[in-house]
Amino acid sequence: MSKILSTPLPRRRFVTGAAAGAALLGLSPGSVLARSPQRQPGQVPELRGQRFDLHIAYQSVNITGRDALATVVNNSLPAPTLRWKEGERVHLRVHNHLAADSSIHWHGMILPSNMDGVPGMSFAGIKPGSYYDYTFDVQQSGTYWYHSHSGFQEQTGVYGAIVIDPAEPDPVQADREHVVVLSDWTDQAPEALYARLKKQSHYYNRRERTVGDLWQDLREKGLSATWQDRAMWNRMRMSDSDIADINGLAYTFLVNGHSPDDNWRALFKAGETVRLRIINAAAMTLFDLRIPGLEMTVVAADGQNVEPVTVDEFRIAPAETYDVLVRPSADRAYTLFAQSIDRSGYACATLSPNSEWQAEIPAMDHAPRLHHRDMGMDHSAMAMAGAAHAGHTPNPATPSGDMNHGSMNHGKMDQRDMSRDVDSHAGHGPPAEMDHRHHGMHSQTVPPDAPIAPAGAGSRAVISHPASENNPGVDMQAQMPANGLDDPGIGLREHAQRYGRRVLRYSQLFNLGKTLDRRDPERELAIHLTGNMSRYMWSMDGVMFDDAEPILLRFGERLRIVLINDTMMTHPIHLHGLWSELETGEPLRIPRKHTIIVQPGSKISYLVSADAVGRWAYHCHLSFHMPGMFREVRVIGGAA
Amino acid sequence: MKKVAILLLGSCLGNTALAGGKADPMLGSVIINELERRSDQRESAVDMEAWLGHDIDKLWVKLERSAEAGSTDEAALQLLYSRAIAPFWDLQTGLRRHIDDGDADNALVLGVQGLAPFNVETDAALFVDDDGMVTAEIELGYELRFTQQWILEPEITLIAHSETDRERSLGSGLAEVETALRLFYYPQREWAPYVGLAWHRTLGDQRDFAETAQSEQWLIGIRGWF
Ligand SMILES: [Cu+2]
Repeated sequence: MSKILSTPLPRRRFVTGAAAGAALLGLSPGSVLARSPQRQPGQVPELRGQRFDLHIAYQSVNITGRDALATVVNNSLPAPTLRWKEGERVHLRVHNHLAADSSIHWHGMILPSNMDGVPGMSFAGIKPGSYYDYTFDVQQSGTYWYHSHSGFQEQTGVYGAIVIDPAEPDPVQADREHVVVLSDWTDQAPEALYARLKKQSHYYNRRERTVGDLWQDLREKGLSATWQDRAMWNRMRMSDSDIADINGLAYTFLVNGHSPDDNWRALFKAGETVRLRIINAAAMTLFDLRIPGLEMTVVAADGQNVEPVTVDEFRIAPAETYDVLVRPSADRAYTLFAQSIDRSGYACATLSPNSEWQAEIPAMDHAPRLHHRDMGMDHSAMAMAGAAHAGHTPNPATPSGDMNHGSMNHGKMDQRDMSRDVDSHAGHGPPAEMDHRHHGMHSQTVPPDAPIAPAGAGSRAVISHPASENNPGVDMQAQMPANGLDDPGIGLREHAQRYGRRVLRYSQLFNLGKTLDRRDPERELAIHLTGNMSRYMWSMDGVMFDDAEPILLRFGERLRIVLINDTMMTHPIHLHGLWSELETGEPLRIPRKHTIIVQPGSKISYLVSADAVGRWAYHCHLSFHMPGMFREVRVIGGAA
Repeated sequence: MKKVAILLLGSCLGNTALAGGKADPMLGSVIINELERRSDQRESAVDMEAWLGHDIDKLWVKLERSAEAGSTDEAALQLLYSRAIAPFWDLQTGLRRHIDDGDADNALVLGVQGLAPFNVETDAALFVDDDGMVTAEIELGYELRFTQQWILEPEITLIAHSETDRERSLGSGLAEVETALRLFYYPQREWAPYVGLAWHRTLGDQRDFAETAQSEQWLIGIRGWF
């Protein structure tokens, strides 16, 4: 236990990570502690090999200028980068020095269920003062990460990168590489933030509509358009500026543990190809990342190689990873700029041939507002207000006579009817009717006689809402969910026109190799992401995890999961233990991901091969959505 | 009455045991809606609430009190079991003890509290007292946001009685209307000082008992929660 320092490390030593080691070995503390604008934040320590000892402990840190308590691994925030080799067996002894149960989950790893690290599901958790031995074969390569799956420990610092070198020569060639771990830090206890959201869910929204906004809309759009635009929000008692539950008011956004003031540095030589392994380890923050002056070639998503696609900007949700190649030809510094989805703050770092140089830090983009499509209303129909709507594809179940959104009168629509009578109304609304009998019900399977679309292009099934959604914990339903595949996301949709930036869309991701499991899905599972924004409740199909039955998969089966987002928030959904094969249109090139962004009011589908027996967690990766928006997926029937 | 109180408490504790999940921790909050001084006869008024419980089930306490020049004039304390029945609505039931110039009476309460479409804050309740008198009270408020800090809140309260009670100076029908306009400044989300104007009117049979049918007052006060 001597490895664990019980005394707090001063800021400078702590935040510099690897450099701290040198400092502790006898460099004069004065030179280390001095805070100067030229200082160079150090690298996160990297551990290599097959045997690892990881110690989870409390640590005093100073990230915002004030001391705060973090939970960290081996005295480092982020935790040390683990470097593995594909095909090798790794042994990781994880010691818990906290006063509470702990755990480590190896995010994105394909491994036996009892090594997955989810307390209460894969194992009992690691008791205070004890350890757990994780042992598994590394069967994949690429960029992944690890984090605690206990309480809110991930949010307070237990997260780190995993880099796995491939057994075969890497198809991605680079002259050098840097790991970039994005995260959000708060000095406050996560439990306190969660309680605050339960009491006043709009607490962190400082862009609520004002009389001034209304006046501006009236002048620009006129009375009737303004009315049409505002009426829905007002009837639904929602705000179009609810983009992030928690934002820069509470969080400092970090790159490799460093605040924007620190401005973490990464070096290159002009002309080199640099591989950036970008991991979003934030608790609650989606980032939009770009490097002004450099185009980025996305070569891997969630650790898996994809056909290279060159973009200027991409959104990365908590738990996602992207590997990009950049080729800085000029002898100058560049800023890696990751702004939060609601533009309340940013994380940044500098890529530079010279550690003294810095580039300009760009201004944040305009703050997005939600639109009707984000509430599951049909986008094209809205744009064609009142006009004939030949040309767009309505939900097949929706009689075209009801498609005229432009003149749709919400006031006349009984909300009860709207939620009940799904197929006849192309609208949305709060489910007003209570039905507790269905609380235990889990996700519905599309009837066996319904034709299931072949692998590749996604689901053609009719969207219907389970009765279990009709409860006080669900405040809206997407009746005409938009296609989430081709949507770069809220706040990014206009970036091509507005800024001339190419923004990555999921529909551009194609696996570099051939799809391994070429079977068509045998069945479809539709799961609705649900919640009540003002009560701050989150669930799947209207049922919170505590009240939910496990989702059962037969070992060996190939199925399609369709996620429908019946909320106004963006949810990154993570399935443990099995790949989520996102259907981007090309059956032989289906990209494998572990975390899928589901845009508000949208649907998206992916294939799953139930090839690993056990109990697996399935949940939204936003820390404060996870407790409720969570399911157990149990793969049964095969040999363990 | 005692029985009801025990029942309410029981249901709250029972739920605590069942819903111990991380998603739904037991939380509590104290909300001071209004703590204000009024221009008339140095009158002061308090309107505060507190709750304890989970997402769906909560125990609520509501206190309203108005005093004139230091002595308590009128106070009402409610103890309520609150259950979420719809996305934006809670059903609240329990007891109210009402004290007016030293006379106390108890009533059963059945009410709804929540957010109506167009973001109208609503608190509506029926009070049935020992003598079978039914009083209906509805309070509606709306936040008009000038900036993220400056908020104007119009509020209207209506009170009606089912019958006339001479002893207690209550007249049947719609009896009282109070409208108030308060301008808040929020330096933080948690609290705000405000100034306002209230306009009170006595109506119908209630007029027979009122000293003045109509009054206007300036207000100065503070609102907060934690
Ligand atoms: Cu979520």
